[in-house]
Amino acid sequence: MPQARRIVVDGNEAAAAVAHRLSEVIAIYPITPSSTMGELADSWSAHGRANIWGAVPQIMEMQSEGGAAGTVHGALQAGALATTFTASQGLLLMIPNMYKIAGELTPFCMHVAARTIATHALSIFGDHSDVMACRATGFAMLCSGSVQEAQDMAAIAHMATLRSRIPFMHFFDGFRTSHEVAKIEELSDDDLRTLIDESAIRAHRERALTPDRPVLRGTAQNPDTFFQAREASNGFHAACAGLVREAMVHFGALTGRSYDLFEYVGHPEADRVIVMMGSGAETAEETVLDLVARGEKVGLVKVRLFHPFSTDAFIKTLPQSVRSIAVLDRTKEPGAVGDPLYLEILGALREAEDDGLSMFAKAPRVVGGRYGLSSKEFDPGMVRAVFANLAEGKPRNHFTIGIMDDVTHMSLPWDPDLDIEPKDVKRAIFFGLGADGTVGANKNSIKIIGEETPFFTQGYFVYDSKKSGATTVSHLRFGPRPIQSAYLIKQADFVACHQFEFVDKVDVLERAAPGGVFLLNSPYGPNEVWDRLPREMQEAILSRKLRFYVIDAYKVAKEADMGGRINTVMQVCFFALSGVLPREEAIAKIKGAIEKTYGKRGDVVVQRNFAAVDQTLANLHEVPEPTVMTARRGRPPMVADEAPDFVKRVTAVMMAGKGDLLPVSAFPPDGAWPVATAQWEKRNLAVEIPVWDQKICIQCNQCVLVCPHAAIRAKVYDPAALAQAPATFKADDFRSKDMAGMKYTLQVAPEDCTGCTLCVHVCPAKDKTNPRHKAIDMAPQRPLRDAERENYAFFLDLPEADRTRLGAIDLKSSQFLQPLFEYSGACAGCGETPYIKVLTQLFGDRALIANATGCSSIYGGNLPTTPYTVNKEGRGPAWANSLFEDNAEFGLGMRLAVDAHRDHAMQTLAALRGPIGDPLAGEILEAVQDTDAGIVLQRERVRDLKSRLVGIESPLARRLETLADYLVRKSVWLVGGDGWAYDIGFGGLDHVLASNRNVNILVLDTEVYSNTGGQQSKATPLGASAKFAEAGKEIPKKDLGLLAMSYGHVYVARIAFGAKMAQTVQALQEAEAYPGPSLVIAYSHCIAHGYDMAFGVDQQKLAVSSGVWPLYRYDPRRVGRGEPPLHLDSGAPKTKIADYMRNEGRFRVVEKADPVRYQRLLKLAERTMKQRLAVYQQLSGITVPLFEGAGPSEGDPPGPSQPATEKH
Amino acid sequence: MNLSVRYLGLDLPNPLIAGASPMSDHIDTVRRLEDAGAAAIVLRSLFEEQILREQVSAFEHSESHSESFAEALTYFPQPQTFLFGPDEYLEHLRRVKVAVDIPVIASLNGATPGGWLNYPPLIEAAGADALELNLYRLAFDHYLSGQEIEREAVDVVKEVRRAVRIPLSVKLSPFYSSLAQFAGQLDRAGADGLVLFNRFYQPDIDPETLELNRSLYLSDHRELPLRLRWLGALSGQLRASLAVSGGVHNGRDAIKSVMAGAHAVQMVSTLLQHGPERLGAILGEMKDWMAQFEWESLETMRGNMSLKRCPDPAAYERANYVQMLQGWRE
Repeated sequence: MPQARRIVVDGNEAAAAVAHRLSEVIAIYPITPSSTMGELADSWSAHGRANIWGAVPQIMEMQSEGGAAGTVHGALQAGALATTFTASQGLLLMIPNMYKIAGELTPFCMHVAARTIATHALSIFGDHSDVMACRATGFAMLCSGSVQEAQDMAAIAHMATLRSRIPFMHFFDGFRTSHEVAKIEELSDDDLRTLIDESAIRAHRERALTPDRPVLRGTAQNPDTFFQAREASNGFHAACAGLVREAMVHFGALTGRSYDLFEYVGHPEADRVIVMMGSGAETAEETVLDLVARGEKVGLVKVRLFHPFSTDAFIKTLPQSVRSIAVLDRTKEPGAVGDPLYLEILGALREAEDDGLSMFAKAPRVVGGRYGLSSKEFDPGMVRAVFANLAEGKPRNHFTIGIMDDVTHMSLPWDPDLDIEPKDVKRAIFFGLGADGTVGANKNSIKIIGEETPFFTQGYFVYDSKKSGATTVSHLRFGPRPIQSAYLIKQADFVACHQFEFVDKVDVLERAAPGGVFLLNSPYGPNEVWDRLPREMQEAILSRKLRFYVIDAYKVAKEADMGGRINTVMQVCFFALSGVLPREEAIAKIKGAIEKTYGKRGDVVVQRNFAAVDQTLANLHEVPEPTVMTARRGRPPMVADEAPDFVKRVTAVMMAGKGDLLPVSAFPPDGAWPVATAQWEKRNLAVEIPVWDQKICIQCNQCVLVCPHAAIRAKVYDPAALAQAPATFKADDFRSKDMAGMKYTLQVAPEDCTGCTLCVHVCPAKDKTNPRHKAIDMAPQRPLRDAERENYAFFLDLPEADRTRLGAIDLKSSQFLQPLFEYSGACAGCGETPYIKVLTQLFGDRALIANATGCSSIYGGNLPTTPYTVNKEGRGPAWANSLFEDNAEFGLGMRLAVDAHRDHAMQTLAALRGPIGDPLAGEILEAVQDTDAGIVLQRERVRDLKSRLVGIESPLARRLETLADYLVRKSVWLVGGDGWAYDIGFGGLDHVLASNRNVNILVLDTEVYSNTGGQQSKATPLGASAKFAEAGKEIPKKDLGLLAMSYGHVYVARIAFGAKMAQTVQALQEAEAYPGPSLVIAYSHCIAHGYDMAFGVDQQKLAVSSGVWPLYRYDPRRVGRGEPPLHLDSGAPKTKIADYMRNEGRFRVVEKADPVRYQRLLKLAERTMKQRLAVYQQLSGITVPLFEGAGPSEGDPPGPSQPATEKH
Repeated sequence: MNLSVRYLGLDLPNPLIAGASPMSDHIDTVRRLEDAGAAAIVLRSLFEEQILREQVSAFEHSESHSESFAEALTYFPQPQTFLFGPDEYLEHLRRVKVAVDIPVIASLNGATPGGWLNYPPLIEAAGADALELNLYRLAFDHYLSGQEIEREAVDVVKEVRRAVRIPLSVKLSPFYSSLAQFAGQLDRAGADGLVLFNRFYQPDIDPETLELNRSLYLSDHRELPLRLRWLGALSGQLRASLAVSGGVHNGRDAIKSVMAGAHAVQMVSTLLQHGPERLGAILGEMKDWMAQFEWESLETMRGNMSLKRCPDPAAYERANYVQMLQGWRE
């Protein structure tokens, strides 16, 4: 057996590399955590990498997973070898086709990075709830527990499906396996050629649907035949497990890695056995071996092939000595007798006993337990606790392990500190920021160690939920044997903290092993740093006798022109201190890796990295062994003292990274979560913040509008309020004739600002004698923090603007309204959030928001803290996320409910008109609510109504009490990205537009799937490079606005706040006021465009001035007035499209890769732009004739023929 | 009638060269220039500073957001072929060489000693027939003397001369305190030709917005006399051949340049304004003029109005200025 090549890859790559080489057609759609598999397959095909038959697989990104499943189904029918990759909701969308594919006995293998299905909340992390939802499809289900297995089982699944004709779902644990980086033995092309049965492929081809030998599939069968025909395939399912075993034997003979349907590890005469599958089984195996070595009679059955379940094989795997069995499920099936694996095992044991196959002296007791939902840790302490439970006389059944259930008391206690890892495994933990490159450097280190030394390696990376200033924690292991510890490191020999700020925020030494090394990136040198540490950290260093090192990595990086990328510097320190490799050798390898990574992108980056490497060691210092505590302070509390109880009790614990410690009772049982929590998370991300110079400011409020985080705000208020102002609080006379004598303040939220500088970029007010100085300039945050914190608190207490006094809301006045969306975790400089913020300023106190899954649902609803908030009356946006694909329908449902409540309320009010009395009842029923003043008046009337209802003894009055608030106009918004609106949700969106109901749709168009990492959507513009369109998209962006206009009754606007803020504010108000469906498409600059977001506003201007993004408003009501319904808000192109494209990496990368192609695409883009503009220009000159007729025609606003709509 | 010239050791059928400009970015434009009669073409400069910025910004845009969010470890595909810096330029140079038969002169604007030295051999290997060094430098440093700047430039020419065998020209600005002496130094350092003069992007001030706008105005006839004077001053004094660049808009301008001493005539603005075919028309104007005034060859014409040979050398010198002022007063 020749030695296999050892490679360092993650689980996704391991599986995809096999799938790509064994497929001809691959249909894909991005979904976390499986997206990488599709991306890699696409990239390999794009670069001409062939399958084992020498052909390059065809890759097709679809509009949804449903579409991907349909496509592979068709490809399979036509005789191709096909695959797909998915997870979670995506897998659920494939289920209908999976039934078909299995029912037709089609060889097919899909690969699933198993992920939690959204229930009370969405989770991107891993468990088996998605795959278990597919149990009834007829697919075989084969499970991998490690990166090596993800590769090996992928091959076995492809082998077995061809032989058995049963389609396979090969799955592994999302994140834990899909994203774990490990050293594995690679399967070569020759290996795969040896393993795959060509005759089975021939048979598949011969069954292909072809006009040369036509057959019919997909017939409709009736009661007389369906049942029998359904049973006709039984033999194939029955034979499947045997063929899988044959495949495993064949595989083992070739590679030396043996697998079986079920595998037993542990004591040969075990009395207690755990049965489970997936990565948890690796941890269980490690623990079982440790317990056996301690003399315990325990064992583990690892389930590989879950379906078709082989009872015979399972029974033979169990030792006869077993007395009790714990079956662990990584999913929850509420209402069932137990979770799926448990039920399967119970059934198998019972059948075996009934059939006389069982050889146990006494039937073992079986209990079921649940673990690891949403990637919850599953560690050796928990495995021991499960065995301890089994040792009880009457072990607890239906238990949970890994959480503290203080409500239904189902959880088992365990020892969270148990550490059984062998001492010869080196363990290191790194705390970094996303932006500093820590994870990338660690992956690099793993590759170096894995590929250049005999060590086995493992890397696992924990990210927080924020897109800006995200914390990353890397867990790295290196050891002489394959690493099975599928859990976070308990005790690290090496802890590195790459950000000094963390010493006050995170318990970085929590997992530091006694005698270990602590490396801190510190602006303070070895003689100064000690006194700067909080008490807790000093204590940990002293008590654990840590060797303490510091380096000023930012200084080294700066001197090497590396900006904020300290990754190389910290990587050198790690190698220097950990001793994994000799220093000189390590440095040479690091340089080699740098050359390999960056070499093709030019020598400048390589040279700068080299310079950073060369400067590092001279700047690395050991801190003289500290002996005494000198700290006068502890780590500051997570949230302010005045935070609400829930925030202190629950949110703050999650913010501290200790959410695992929260018991079940801490949580609302239905997923409803309090709003207004982001204000308590003071992240202090900005190195510099804007500083206001009131002498120069023209009070235009543009900075307030563009701020993505609502961290710069304006207020107008009575001068008397300044009496209590802090000393450094700034104010100026408000420049307005209508509100003379009032004061104006522009105030920054110093601890919430991300330092993106959009506000400074947009500021038009310059100091004439020194134009470099503007009305707002950036200045270091740290010296300003305390004073500005106090100023901001005072500012927030100043009275909010009186909406009824502001008159018609325009750009400037809109920015005096309180934002009800603040301090989100969106990227610094985000191009989406300013739209949401202004939406909440305009309508937030009466808005329901249905939010499609994507960036906006993540920064909108990802815990621990969320940005939607309330005004002083307690009103604010009511926000919910259903799914990615159904958001339009979800929002429509909200509208229907609100309308039903309002109609019901009006009907009830009319019935109670007598006891309530006029004029109040009449005024409410006839109220016009088309202005803020009208709404305020109606709210007051409803308040009166409620007080009068108290005195009315009637069931109708009780009913009206619950419905009365719906007499005040509500605003329903359907918000999401282009992936939703253009692709996966388009069918629903189209239907909702056609419904003629009063819903407002805001499409945050970043022209790419931003949240999952930049895959193309149908909104991606021609010429842009994106994942799945690496060489630059050939087809123009879909014109969603024009499609919507074709209905005639839909209000449509295209906006770009950076180009024309007033039009943005106007269009949003018109859309909301329009009594039918409205669609607003908003240009949203995005990090996936490949440039510094500080220039987002400049790029928006160029997008509009070059004609790429024309601004318009299409208002059907204009038809009735004899005016053209389409009004263009931007003129003829003034700048070149090339100048717009040249600034963005997504276009530049095409030019760099293939200049000739770029020129062709540029010309095409120019032509398309001109053609579209010409169409708009012609449309904007067309009036639509009004013909007399019976039915509604274009331009008829929704009227009496429509379902009841609100009065305005 | 013989319009042939020898410039940088290259035998050219006529003196008209398309100077460094965006025109050379497109193969079809390059072909049209050749068809119009261009004797050679200078490619747009390879700017080392641009290469540095592009490499760094590409690194930033692909790296700065990666590996920080669980759902998206990267935001961009990673193309395996990536033409960065010199590669892109060299690839274009190769394509131009294949597309046309006329000599192709590459142009380089270095920013660091390394850049000046690393790129010329690559350019030579990619097939350039000659290399024009674009010595563009703004001397904003209060502590850097003119001597030092000139010495560095001369060193660059010496080093490049050692590194490549193809002919070497140097494109100069008029802003040197002792241009004639400096030209002599460059000549001795191994420059085969001097191009007079470079034209620059100039910042313009927008007084309303208080912003600087970078603008490049096309040249016109008014820029020619400065060049004629220095051609005249250098003609016949150097081993290196001379080219005019800036201000030639018709056949008459070209004739004047040759009379002042130019071996070659580079044109950009008029070609950008009127298209590559304008070059053919100018060539026609030259021929017509020479026929009308009975000139047999450019060789006999060159330098007849140089400082050395013109009837009134004082007109090139200070007296010229004084006279003009007096004339104006009268």
